[in-house]
Amino acid sequence: MTTTAPRTCDCTPDELMTVNAARALAGARTCFVGIGLPSTAANLARHTVRPDLVLIYESGTLGSKPTRLPLSIGDGELADTADAVVSVPEMFNYWLQAGRIDVGFLGAAQLDRYANINTTVVDRGPGKPQGRLPGAGGAPEIAANCGEVLIVLRHSIRNFVRRLDFTTTVGHGSGPGDRQRLGLRGKGPTVVITDLGVLRPDPATAELVLTELHPGVTVEQARAATGWELKTADAIGTTTAPTPAELAALRALKAA
Amino acid sequence: MAVPKIRTLHDAVAELIHDADTVAMEGFTHLIPFAAAHEVIRQGITDLTLVRMTPDVIYDQLIGAGLVKKLVFSWGGNPGVGSLHRFRDAVENGWPRPLEVDEHSHAGMANRYVAGASGLPFAVLRGYRGSEIASRTDTVSTVTCPFTGEELAAVAALNPDVTVIHAQQADREGNVQLWGLTGVQKEAALAAERVLVTVEEITDELRPRPGGVVLPSWAVTAVAEVPGGAHPSYAAGYSVRDNDFYQAWDAISRDRDTFRSWLDEHVFKGEHSFKGEHSRRTEEAAAR
Repeated sequence: MTTTAPRTCDCTPDELMTVNAARALAGARTCFVGIGLPSTAANLARHTVRPDLVLIYESGTLGSKPTRLPLSIGDGELADTADAVVSVPEMFNYWLQAGRIDVGFLGAAQLDRYANINTTVVDRGPGKPQGRLPGAGGAPEIAANCGEVLIVLRHSIRNFVRRLDFTTTVGHGSGPGDRQRLGLRGKGPTVVITDLGVLRPDPATAELVLTELHPGVTVEQARAATGWELKTADAIGTTTAPTPAELAALRALKAA
Repeated sequence: MAVPKIRTLHDAVAELIHDADTVAMEGFTHLIPFAAAHEVIRQGITDLTLVRMTPDVIYDQLIGAGLVKKLVFSWGGNPGVGSLHRFRDAVENGWPRPLEVDEHSHAGMANRYVAGASGLPFAVLRGYRGSEIASRTDTVSTVTCPFTGEELAAVAALNPDVTVIHAQQADREGNVQLWGLTGVQKEAALAAERVLVTVEEITDELRPRPGGVVLPSWAVTAVAEVPGGAHPSYAAGYSVRDNDFYQAWDAISRDRDTFRSWLDEHVFKGEHSFKGEHSRRTEEAAAR
């Protein structure tokens, strides 16, 4: 995916995505953090919009305060700087399942219009074996049991698909009422942040609609990068360009 | 139960792990028992059913070595780096042999170990709802709560023939202590028929630490002293995670021949390399 939009800030599409993902955590108290893009954004939030954000990693750390980005969810610094370290069964049963965590922050390999997630297998065409992805990890129960779910991933027709090749993790199922029917207690995905803009579920249909674009990105670009007929909000906003302080904080984190 | 005793890694592996066993080597990123896995590769113990929440590079190596029939797991990637190429090659292309998978979520796997450790046939959780995972395994079902009527997920207990873990310390009687991120190791150990623990060091006295997990000697079958035995994973207080190795593994494992050469060079040539590696990393850790 190449973004040919005019640059309104001296930053990359990935930086735009990460800064906006961090901003989405401004109101969160506790965040269950997936590795990769979610971890980068959640750590940036601690250095910008939400210094007291409680980072929770599935390896068993509550309140990690790493000074540099961890490569894995079990890097030593996550435990060394945590308020508490708990076992993995305790993490999933007492902290996650019991509904104690505000926000789950996930990535995805494939996402559909109802923000359901595939991280298990992808079809690669007739006669070819399915491509193997890592699998579920913590995602099904994170999406089920956190107060709400944020999703961050790069916008392309490969990722934003009409139909998932496999449903690993339920977002809004097949539409309104599905989460209640399935007994999923949290609100589910409330926002998807990409390198082109921001999507949110329509309150009436639960379908993801484009609500904001990053500066310089067009609706046509977002539609071309989406595998279904992407609906747009009545008034599409523009995200605020990353501030120099946000970019400096992000680059410092990545360089550390 | 047999009196636990300190053995060499070679003897402990030979005595405890057999062809066609179900083996769990646990350690959630931290304390992964790599040295024991390498000993399994050197001894050619095969047709294994391997159980582990995050197969990680340790199972990528065992799978690529052709010793694994079936994998029970919940997340099979190289953390922060990308795919496990030997795992993918086995699943997608059957190389070097087909790999059967029984796939779960982390919450499901953790609870399967809890059931196994508790001597129960299954565990209950709010999980798998709406996911297709449950439709592809016979170890997830549902159960109705007798008190509220709520339908909940039931996951079958995991009871490995052998669980292998790495810990920081044991004393001479074979009492074991691990600390830091202790993951699901207590449950995996107590769920198993036999327990093999490799340790950074054997000490005269084991001082319980706050937050430490102690496995008394009568709950452990064998202990082997293997300094640096978690590398490229780590042992808090002794070493740091070798993230460079995890990143280098991507290129090593991507190609079958490169992988085979790596195994020849670093596994089949013996276990002496661990100690040298360990001292180097300990010096680095001390320097930070």
